[in-house]
Amino acid sequence: MKRWRWVRYLFWVVITIIWVSPLLITFFTSMKSLDELLQTWWLPPRTWHPENFPQAWSNGKMGRYILNSFIITVPSLVGTLFLSSMGAFALSSYRFRFAVPILLVFVAGMLVPFQMLMIPVYRFSLNVGIYDSYLGVILFHIAFQLGFCTFFLRNFMKTLPLSLFEAAKVDGARDFAIYWRIALPLVKPALAALATLEFTWIWNDYLWALVLIQTDRFKPVTLGITVLQGQWIAQWNLIAAGSLLAAAPPVLMFLLFQRYFIEGLTMGAIKE
Amino acid sequence: MRTKWWVPYAFLALPLLAYSVWVIKPIVETFIISFTNWDGISKTFEFTGWENFKFLFQDHAFHIALLNNVKWLLGFTAVAVPIGLALAMLFNRQGVLANVCKSLIYLPMTLAFVVRAQMWSWILEPRHGVLNTFLSAIGLGALARPWLADPTLVTYALIAVALWGQIAYAMVLFLAGMKHVPLELVEAASVDGATAWQRFWYVILPMLRPAMVIAITISIIDSLRAFDIVYVMTRGGPFGSSNVLANYMYIQAFHNYRMGRGAAIAVIQFVITFSMISFYLRWVMREERGRGS
Repeated sequence: MKRWRWVRYLFWVVITIIWVSPLLITFFTSMKSLDELLQTWWLPPRTWHPENFPQAWSNGKMGRYILNSFIITVPSLVGTLFLSSMGAFALSSYRFRFAVPILLVFVAGMLVPFQMLMIPVYRFSLNVGIYDSYLGVILFHIAFQLGFCTFFLRNFMKTLPLSLFEAAKVDGARDFAIYWRIALPLVKPALAALATLEFTWIWNDYLWALVLIQTDRFKPVTLGITVLQGQWIAQWNLIAAGSLLAAAPPVLMFLLFQRYFIEGLTMGAIKE
Repeated sequence: MRTKWWVPYAFLALPLLAYSVWVIKPIVETFIISFTNWDGISKTFEFTGWENFKFLFQDHAFHIALLNNVKWLLGFTAVAVPIGLALAMLFNRQGVLANVCKSLIYLPMTLAFVVRAQMWSWILEPRHGVLNTFLSAIGLGALARPWLADPTLVTYALIAVALWGQIAYAMVLFLAGMKHVPLELVEAASVDGATAWQRFWYVILPMLRPAMVIAITISIIDSLRAFDIVYVMTRGGPFGSSNVLANYMYIQAFHNYRMGRGAAIAVIQFVITFSMISFYLRWVMREERGRGS
């Protein structure tokens, strides 16, 4: 039995190393000089060139793109959590005629292929003058993520004891106060899970930025990398450094709040 | 909870307004645009009936995109789901080493598709790329290929890139499902002399049914959504050989300014997605009822 355990450990480590090898290779690539890059392949660099990172940051404007990503991601995240928690509160705490149809609309919307929305959202943004601005992408993210977030939070709020709200009501609390002071604090773990997940999704969005943003100054980091690729043809070391910079915030988020991230992925999917 | 009739609607007003403007109305509009010849710039357009759909059914590039989506679908359901399940079985333990390994395997999921595409473009690069140089170094140089430039290989290469994260996703779902498998049951089967395979096949797998349903549904949806990896790594090339519906739609609508045609592709994608999901769910329900009786 003991021998088997070591075999299993070995198996784990080998699989994991194979699994993360693309990441390791990217890290090595980001630390190499261009000359070395064309000679050796997957090996660690012989001479380390960390200056690739500042170069990608300033010459490649990754710093600016990362700032743009934060400018887009943070308000989108706050907005969608606020709106979806209000919706979820109404759908889970009150009995009213359209509760089920409204929930179904949110769920169906989250399954629709993005392509169904692309042309009209582009046209709408152009018509109301929010095309090619932070606001256009932010408002879209807030609205589009509502489907998943409302569904997710409703399922969670459904497990809260209604008697708690009723007691507050008897004490004269207003509906909004019940939502804000009682319901929200009780669903903090679900909000945390949702926030980690949504941060990653919005940060990593490429398609909607591609459709709704044109000017370089407003581009988030996902578009920024492809700009970099066009500028530095075959300078894979700098592109690798830029990609790692772009990946850092969501990876950090994942490492810090891993439990929430995984809970979010599975709670959203499994609770029905 | 009792309250005035309008209170729930007051809470729902803003979310529903936002959802109507950016999700529901666009869905309706896409259906309408798919029957027009709108070019994305002109103020006016004409209704052309089924013209866009007729065009697509005869369009070779569309056929390739559709066929490639079938390959993506098979890759995600027939490869990612079983491997994800196998990895979940393998790593279904606690302890520091198991947890560290699991985190590292999950890590690719948190990377943007664009970042993953960048990494793999370098690995698959034909002359200096890691994969080909590695193959020559271990004496398998004959297997080296221009992975992204060979029309017969490129879609499989792109699917492989996507599987990197998709397998991890399936693994997460199965590991969560395994928390609901009572250990006593597995032990009881073991005491009764069931082999490891029998325990898996007759005890664990049936209990993972909910996780399986979700993993397959998510794989179907994700495979039909594939866009970023294709667009960033190949733009659908060489010669349209790696196109998928999502990518072809974007190119028709935003590169060629054929919004009507693009909308028609989106509508076809929509119909395929919902029929796949409903077929699958209906099949699951029927199986479930079969069991009950």
